Amino acid sequence: MSMDSAQNLGAATADPQLQHFIEVETQKQRFQLLVHQMTELCWEKCMDKPGPKLDSRTETCFVNCVERFIDTSQFILNRLEQTQKSKIAFSESLSD
Amino acid sequence: MDGFGSDFSGKVDTGSIMEQVKVQIAVANAQELLQRMTDKCFRKCIGKPGGSLDNSEQKCIAMCMDRYMDAWNTVSRAYNSRLQKERAKM
Repeated sequence: MSMDSAQNLGAATADPQLQHFIEVETQKQRFQLLVHQMTELCWEKCMDKPGPKLDSRTETCFVNCVERFIDTSQFILNRLEQTQKSKIAFSESLSD
Repeated sequence: MDGFGSDFSGKVDTGSIMEQVKVQIAVANAQELLQRMTDKCFRKCIGKPGGSLDNSEQKCIAMCMDRYMDAWNTVSRAYNSRLQKERAKM
């Protein structure tokens, strides 16, 4: 469920208890979904042949994989923001 | 049949809606995990699909399931601690 629809649902019910419940559960679900996605992604990157236990090298790979995935997401967000800003600045300088 | 989370008077009971939603969320998460785990372990363990799921394939799948759960928990912990760090920065 997207944030927007969750907020609409909460507003439509106008029940503060239910509204709070929906907000908390939506947050939890976003966390869960990202864990599912990152586990799948990092499994491809880190897992060779599944052994009798998760060795420490593989575990470190999973932890790094999560950290770098979040870094990547933040980097892309920042860079898009920057390029948007410079585009706006450029078009403003043209209109001067 | 009685409606979703409503009693006989037709009034909606918030508590029972929340309970039902929680159950549905838990089912959806279990399905999500099952689907991804099946996909990953099929890829790892079934080289060329034979006439039956042989013994070594079954052993591989069992091991793969356990490692997938380990991986899931490791990722969940790593993501959680990263979130804590990000919150502390703000």
